[in-house]
Amino acid sequence: MKNVVRTARTFAIQLAAVGVGLVLSAMILATIGVSPWEALTSLLRGAFGSEFALTQSALKAIPLALTGLSVALCLRMRLWNIGAEGQFHAGAIGASWAALTFSDMTAPGLLPLMIGASILTGAFWALLAAVPRALWGVNEIITTLLLNYVAILAVAYLVTGPWRSDASFNLPVSDVFGSGAVLPRLGDSQLHVGVFIPIVAAPVLYVLFNRSKWGYEVRMIGASPETARLAGMSTARKILVVMLGAGALAGMAGMIEVSSSFGRLRQGISPGYGYMAIVIAALAAANLAGTLLVAFLFGGFIVGAFALQALGVPQAFVLLLQGIVLFCALAGSQLAGRRSIPWIPARLRGYRRAANAPEEEPSTP
Amino acid sequence: MAALSPLVELRGIVKEFPGVRANDGVDFELRHGEVHALLGENGAGKTTLMNILAALVRPDTGEIRIRGEAVDLRSPKDAIERGIGMVHQHFRLVDRFTAAENVTLGWHTPRVLIRPHLLEREIARLSEEYGMRVDPGRAIWQLSVGEQQRVEILKNLYRGANVLILDEPTAVLTPQEAVQLFEGLRGMAAEGRGIVFITHKLEEVMSVADRVTVLSRGRNVATVQKSETTEAELARQMIGRDLPRMPAPAPREPGAPILRLERVDADDERGLPALAGVDLEVFEGEILGVAGVAGNGQRALAEVVVGLRDVRAGRVLLGGDDVSAWPVRRRIEAGIGYCPEDRLRFGVASTLSVQENLIAKSYDQAPVGGRFLLDRRGARRYAEELISRFDIRGADLDAPVSALSGGNLQKVVLAREISANPRLLVAAQPTRGLDLGAADATRRLLIEQRDAGRAILLISEDLDELIRLSDRIAVIYEGRITGTFPAHRADEEEIGLLMAGRG
Repeated sequence: MKNVVRTARTFAIQLAAVGVGLVLSAMILATIGVSPWEALTSLLRGAFGSEFALTQSALKAIPLALTGLSVALCLRMRLWNIGAEGQFHAGAIGASWAALTFSDMTAPGLLPLMIGASILTGAFWALLAAVPRALWGVNEIITTLLLNYVAILAVAYLVTGPWRSDASFNLPVSDVFGSGAVLPRLGDSQLHVGVFIPIVAAPVLYVLFNRSKWGYEVRMIGASPETARLAGMSTARKILVVMLGAGALAGMAGMIEVSSSFGRLRQGISPGYGYMAIVIAALAAANLAGTLLVAFLFGGFIVGAFALQALGVPQAFVLLLQGIVLFCALAGSQLAGRRSIPWIPARLRGYRRAANAPEEEPSTP
Repeated sequence: MAALSPLVELRGIVKEFPGVRANDGVDFELRHGEVHALLGENGAGKTTLMNILAALVRPDTGEIRIRGEAVDLRSPKDAIERGIGMVHQHFRLVDRFTAAENVTLGWHTPRVLIRPHLLEREIARLSEEYGMRVDPGRAIWQLSVGEQQRVEILKNLYRGANVLILDEPTAVLTPQEAVQLFEGLRGMAAEGRGIVFITHKLEEVMSVADRVTVLSRGRNVATVQKSETTEAELARQMIGRDLPRMPAPAPREPGAPILRLERVDADDERGLPALAGVDLEVFEGEILGVAGVAGNGQRALAEVVVGLRDVRAGRVLLGGDDVSAWPVRRRIEAGIGYCPEDRLRFGVASTLSVQENLIAKSYDQAPVGGRFLLDRRGARRYAEELISRFDIRGADLDAPVSALSGGNLQKVVLAREISANPRLLVAAQPTRGLDLGAADATRRLLIEQRDAGRAILLISEDLDELIRLSDRIAVIYEGRITGTFPAHRADEEEIGLLMAGRG
């Protein structure tokens, strides 16, 4: 019962925070002469207002959900995986290698191969940061972040060098994948079977992390590494396993994008999914179902923002608005995590009272 | 006029923290030239009250008068400027700075150039004057805890403190150091300063205070002249009932040796020797107490036994098996339980629930753990059973364990460790920070376990506790065992000397 109250409270606070963000955005929109109401409705309509909009939002949500889960898993153990972006690119490289090497294979053989390759490369990329973290305590925030640049540049190298397509008129892109390398669509919708990967992954991970002995150890290590050590739990191997899993999830996201959104490897395959994933996981407080939900909202936000451009809002402005709403949402999740909401911090309250008090004190003799 | 009014008067102080009223209309008065003990159990509101006087905390309501004049203290700086200085339980010193730098830190430091030798000379003079011996040129981390405390006191004197508040100052001192401190405090009081001495130890009150104010649950119960009261009366006022008599542990025939350390050497975190040639034996059905001033290798001792720290030389034997190289898990399985010193950090995962903490040593086997999954109902039953068996109160199984009081938190740790049926229980500072009632319950539990035949290695800085509970006492000083004797023949004076390295 208490949990229900707590959840409801958290939800209400989050909602209010997003509301504040939207109001702030509206005020800014008003300064450039766009009706805030019109902007808001077209944003929502563009995101969730039609079957097409919903499909587009879902498509964007898939890589966000997978990278979000990747970050959330690490957060369970108090590890900050800033490297989902790099693992995403590594996964894209692995999948592209399979697609380009076995271009003649048909989907039933090639797709599992691509997924397997992306899991391996994504996990390997995470491993590069996980090993130093597990063995020597090297801060994973720095290493995963730096590895992002390496992975992104590796993609750039491949598509401008060894994998550049001969038929590309010197554009930095790989050959177009064969038809066997594209994830099948669901019926005649735009949606593809990749949508099932996060939907299946989340419950599996839930059982693993929330119900298993192994997951209990992970939570204990995350909550108090010292206590876990005293209970005889081994930390190093779990760091490796958790980060490998995280890398695999982000890697699969990379596979899905090259397979179904682009059909080839090229630069700019991610608008920063791996970074948005950090925000998503943080907003969802590392809750797995929450991560899926927030990822879908984020997907909608990306798609809906395009509709704003149709109203004459410059693209840079759209990014600005995204930033504001995000910022407020994060602030909201911080507030929700507190026992009491310090509308005015206690210290400040005291000072204010002191400041308002009449000047009664005589000077020191 | 000013000379007649008390140095400090607090009237009707109320301070509420979320969920607890720490001060509930407290009055307090400090006169010139007195040592005033502020006595109470943990959580009685002593520290809060003094934090209010030092302006670290603002009262919700209430009046503060200094030398008869109502003041509104807005920041610690205000308090310092009015001559109020506080020595906190945890010192607020910069480790890498010298004693002299710490004393002068942030107070009338020259605008441009600091000339260390001038500072040091001045501090040396000050420390001479008050008999607070410290070497002003040494860095804090090179000083003993007692010396660090003197630096804190000097810092306050340097800032012109007329009112000196000390929060449980003797917790980290040997009996001899405590006596020295008391002498210093008497000297300062003789000059007209007011000294507030926060404590929960009755014997300290009787030996140093002029007057005593007793706090209980945020209210002041009494303010009396020391000469007009007795320890028993103070105890009754402090806890609202008579001090429970601990059952004197019945002398026992020692059983077989359970734990044995043979010439154990170990290093601390900085790679410096923490233990040097430690020989120790704990027998079945015995409490071996380890006495020593904080930081003399107690932590390393506990950790080499439970497996958190490697031995550099020597052997740790458990019932005849050399466990020196065993990992923690294997030692737990072989029957070592551990109730660590820093409960909140090492004893429990404070953000996890009571239940999750209770099963931390039993989640691996039935009835709590299955082959792969946790048995949720089994875990729940197990936790519920421990809660009723160990009388853990205020426990909602799903609430974070940090919501429990200190005493109940300690019960969670003990319940978890004891329920794993250890042959050896290592208890480090098991009653530190607990109020009398909770400390008492913890001690009873330890005696009960001893009588059930377990071997208990009890590490404590509270000498009275050790003498009351232990069958034998070993003294540790700078990583060496400097003496071991039966508790019933223990001489506090002799132990004190050994603790100070002068055996």
